[in-house]
Amino acid sequence: MAEVSAQTQAPEGKSQGRFNRFDNPWLNPKLLWGIGILLGIVLLGVIGRLIWNTELVFTGSTPLRLPPIGFENLRGQPGEGAYPLGTDGAGRDLLALLIIGAPNTLMIGAVASLIGMTTGIVLGFSAGFIGGRTDDVIRITSDVMITIPPLLILVVFQSVYGDVSLLLMAFLIAGFMWQSPTRLIRAQVLSMRESGYVKMAQLSGASTSHIMFREMMPNLIPYLFGSFIANVTTAIVTAVGLEVLGLGPQRIPTLGRVIYDAINSGALIQNLWWWWGLPTALLAIMFIALLLINLGLDEISNPRLRKI
Amino acid sequence: MFGIPSSYLINRLVTLLLTVWIAATLIWIIPRLSPVDPAEVMLGRMAAGGAFVEGSEEILAQLQERFGLNDAWYVQYGKYMWSIITFDFGVSVASFPTPVWTLVAQALPWTLGLMILSLILTFIIGNALGAFMVWERTPKPWKVVIPSLMIFTSIPPILSGLLLMYIFSVKLRWFPLTGSYGLTVTPGWNWDFIASVATHGFLPALSIIVVTFGFWTLGMRGLMISVQGEDYVSLAKAKGLKPRYILYKYMVRNAILPQVTAFALKVGLLVSGQILVERIFSYNGMGKLLYDAILDQDFAVIQGVSFIIILMTALSVFIVDLLYPLIDPRIRHSQEAA
Repeated sequence: MAEVSAQTQAPEGKSQGRFNRFDNPWLNPKLLWGIGILLGIVLLGVIGRLIWNTELVFTGSTPLRLPPIGFENLRGQPGEGAYPLGTDGAGRDLLALLIIGAPNTLMIGAVASLIGMTTGIVLGFSAGFIGGRTDDVIRITSDVMITIPPLLILVVFQSVYGDVSLLLMAFLIAGFMWQSPTRLIRAQVLSMRESGYVKMAQLSGASTSHIMFREMMPNLIPYLFGSFIANVTTAIVTAVGLEVLGLGPQRIPTLGRVIYDAINSGALIQNLWWWWGLPTALLAIMFIALLLINLGLDEISNPRLRKI
Repeated sequence: MFGIPSSYLINRLVTLLLTVWIAATLIWIIPRLSPVDPAEVMLGRMAAGGAFVEGSEEILAQLQERFGLNDAWYVQYGKYMWSIITFDFGVSVASFPTPVWTLVAQALPWTLGLMILSLILTFIIGNALGAFMVWERTPKPWKVVIPSLMIFTSIPPILSGLLLMYIFSVKLRWFPLTGSYGLTVTPGWNWDFIASVATHGFLPALSIIVVTFGFWTLGMRGLMISVQGEDYVSLAKAKGLKPRYILYKYMVRNAILPQVTAFALKVGLLVSGQILVERIFSYNGMGKLLYDAILDQDFAVIQGVSFIIILMTALSVFIVDLLYPLIDPRIRHSQEAA
């Protein structure tokens, strides 16, 4: 019975083409892998906080410079089960630092990028739709601001203000995250405005908001996601850069801060590889996941890339 | 001028000036938004750090003038803009009384050298790999190797720098750990010095190159795919032209043009990445100068270095924009026709 129904349905499934659930472009392996890895890092932060003692991020809460389990440090001490990823030179547990630091780093990236994206959508649509003077101002400002490296302005800012909170750091970085979404959306809106379906909607008397959000927005979604993810990467790179220069939040653990402490204490020469290596590796995994998501989104929005 | 349309030139020049002006203004406004007086805070820090600060009266006077505690805001702003134009950033507090410009001028050639070298190499390597990724005659193994190299693309150069430093300087001891030339050699045009500079610069350059070429590769791949479908490529194949000739003259030549404009979007990130690489390698460039200034709370130097790097970035975008019409004859011809 089952065979018969499968046979009768087969041609139907074929004629449906991409409505076959296995042919959904959003089920892209790269995209799914990337999202999976990022979720893993978030879970590390969430579950880690529940099962691991996060008090160990405070200075002096553990023995100094213990290696991870299965390794020996220069003094011949073996790793201890109580501190599975080793400890740093100031007596902090590496696992606890990663559990607290990784979500903080991701959060800065996501918040900064989200604010930048929202600003970009508003500015991009206004530039594309209103045109004229508004367009000129928005276009020139975003062109100019895109060449200014955020790191340097933020260095000036933070060296005057000293300690900043995680959220303020995210807001500051967001000030440099709106330019590329603005340019992208403006260009897309300009080309879409001339396209047949938008003209059609205009002629049939659709309101501007209907055209913006029901006709144009769905076509922009892969681009918006792509731009969002690219900005998360840029924001995290900027945040880590500031932290490695010794700026950024001073009392809250972030991955960049751990690397800063490690470099400053000569962890490289003393062969304390776990101290700088583990946060570096976790950051690298985070960036690779973001890249995979972006490549996947590229393939979704540009079918020609899927062949290769 | 040199076949560049004047309207295009003026447009680019205005963008350059606007960029520099906005950056300079931001650097000027930021300390003023602070609720506390930066000059006092800085002197307080200095007094807390070392018992007696030599010439503190002079420094205070200089800082007060710099942060404009005596004039109306527009006078301060005018003075500031004038000093920026003349590259007068004041005097370093940490190495008083060396002018900031002297420190910057010592560091600038190192940064520029490293930047130009790594930029040219990444551009060539990245675009070549991107073209080979799409070309149908590329050997099979390459088509597997190149995409897997892309995994490095996402990593910022500071992370690759740490890793390379650990492998090649700490473990294998093939390259020196830090600095931009050995302590035993004397700077000048002698062989020892050049060899020392090359071995010291190798790892910083490599750590930038391995993580940045992928940006060009990915862009080139997308462009090559669209060029591949063009009629003129099919025509060239039908004419029986040599595949290599088609690749260089028909495909790469057309695909590479938008890559040049992509440079403008990327250069800021590249420069910031390099600053951080210089910091971890203690390379004698602007990155180390900036980091030392942050440690010493030397605000004049931070301000000067930031402005010079932003100026450098904006200028390089401007130069690339000027080169663009020379590479792409269509811009020149469309202007001549109009």
